[in-house]
Amino acid sequence: MVENRPILAFLTHLVLVLGIILVAFPVYIAVIAMTHTQQTLGFTTPLLPGNQLIPNLIDVLTRPSPGRPPFWLMLWNSTLMAVIIMVGKIVISIISAYAIVYFKFPFRLLAFWTIFITLMLPVEVRIIPTFEVVASLGMLNSYAGLTIPLIASATATFLFRQFFMTVPDELMEAARVDGAGPIKFFIDILLPLSRTNIAALCVILFIYGWVQYLWPVLVTTREEYFTLMMGVQQMAATAETDPMWNLIMTATVLALLPPVLIVIFMQRLFVKGLIETEK
Amino acid sequence: METKRTTFPNKALPYAFIAPQLLITLIFFIWPAAQAIRASFERQDPFGFSTTFIGLAQYARLLQDQYYLASISRTLGFAAAVTIISMGLGLLLAVAVSRLIRGTQVYSTLLVWPYAVAPVVAGVLWWFMFNTSTGVLSYVLRVFGVHWNHNLNGTHAMILIIVAAAWKQISYNFLFFLAGLQSVPQSLSEAAAIDGAGPFKRFFTIILPLLSPTTFFLFIINVNYTMFDTFGIIAGTTHGGPNQATNTLVYKVYADGFIGLNLGSSSAQSVMLMLFVVLLTVIQFRYVERRVQY
Repeated sequence: MVENRPILAFLTHLVLVLGIILVAFPVYIAVIAMTHTQQTLGFTTPLLPGNQLIPNLIDVLTRPSPGRPPFWLMLWNSTLMAVIIMVGKIVISIISAYAIVYFKFPFRLLAFWTIFITLMLPVEVRIIPTFEVVASLGMLNSYAGLTIPLIASATATFLFRQFFMTVPDELMEAARVDGAGPIKFFIDILLPLSRTNIAALCVILFIYGWVQYLWPVLVTTREEYFTLMMGVQQMAATAETDPMWNLIMTATVLALLPPVLIVIFMQRLFVKGLIETEK
Repeated sequence: METKRTTFPNKALPYAFIAPQLLITLIFFIWPAAQAIRASFERQDPFGFSTTFIGLAQYARLLQDQYYLASISRTLGFAAAVTIISMGLGLLLAVAVSRLIRGTQVYSTLLVWPYAVAPVVAGVLWWFMFNTSTGVLSYVLRVFGVHWNHNLNGTHAMILIIVAAAWKQISYNFLFFLAGLQSVPQSLSEAAAIDGAGPFKRFFTIILPLLSPTTFFLFIINVNYTMFDTFGIIAGTTHGGPNQATNTLVYKVYADGFIGLNLGSSSAQSVMLMLFVVLLTVIQFRYVERRVQY
């Protein structure tokens, strides 16, 4: 703040309050809808909470519905998928960055550029052939099929490479003088130093895995592998004929809650991860 | 590309370390992409028994296909609208937060969380608010004389996905604009204030030009986002309809290939999109690093 201007200060707060309302409004409406009966939502959208929250939650969590697995199973699938992708991406990226920075080997540059190319090939531009590869490897309808093809990560590799380049050379030289080999140096020195980076990346990658939609749709046909995002989409698709908005909104809110809570409670790590992965 | 000053002498170990990443990249990225390129030059007979090389015929057909051309201009309009709205609002909110002395953290937290909302979920949230019979927004619109129906009216459907996509992206733009604003030296604004420049003049003549690297970076990221990451929004709401009105390029690849099983055309469309991502990535890495500054 350079000078004191009351009107501008008022405007600033007005803009922020309006911004927060705009951003929160859709979720507010959904949370309110969660607390009403289907009948109420059938003729109006209430703006104040009702008393049907518990029945709606019980309904969504327990009632079986045709064409969809039980809710807890989709929740489990989504969680498992997000966690495997998160851990997998971090593990293979950190070791490949280690190879690129701390070793000289033939085809090192070629390997680096091969990883770089993945940035230019999102799933969306190679839907059918990737599906065919996964099918021919027998990985359709499996957790391996859901996760492994998404585990390659150029951004995470670049992030770790950049971080390793800032680690003082003397650390590695000192470790070698003391007789530490590459594995020992990696586990005892480099990994502890990378803790914050790993944590920040965990937040971003968990969200990445959780919100995946296209990929699970491609590789799963059997209900027991459906994820929460697929469940929400299916419920919404039937809304025109059978508008159970109370249950749809309950499921929607439950599906958005875990990653949103992570962002809110780990904001510092989230911001760090987001800004660093894009550099 | 540098390594450390000294490196470990091991010969096999680095290959073992880089192998998992490379294998996944080759099997699930490079190979399928190569297949898509190959399939785009071939025609498969209806039973899949034989393929014939047909050169650029798929592309020629694609570029004469009025549905495809319409999809290109639709996607561009969609990308432009989402980028302008979400970057504009993101910048406005970031400027507001950067003016604060206290409460920056709290306001930021309240503004960034939609980043974590899945595109499908974002779509369904707005789908509910706009739904024709009881949606709160369609109710408000009816008061103003607009009979909202995204199931029949293509323009309405397009507005729906623009709003949902922009809503989700505001948080991202906000965060990067805020980081950019915080790195603009305060002394410049102070010097201009002493010279008699008011807050708006300072913003447009000093801060905005200094933000141009961030703006350019975000522009590329936002175009990329609307092209590719909005698939879930469309799948959760309009499914490309009504009457193709929201069939963007990416949704069309999926609809033509995975649902319509028109593999040749879908492959050619994939390759066109690949060229587009390559272009975006090259621009991003070639020019974003060079600070655009005055």
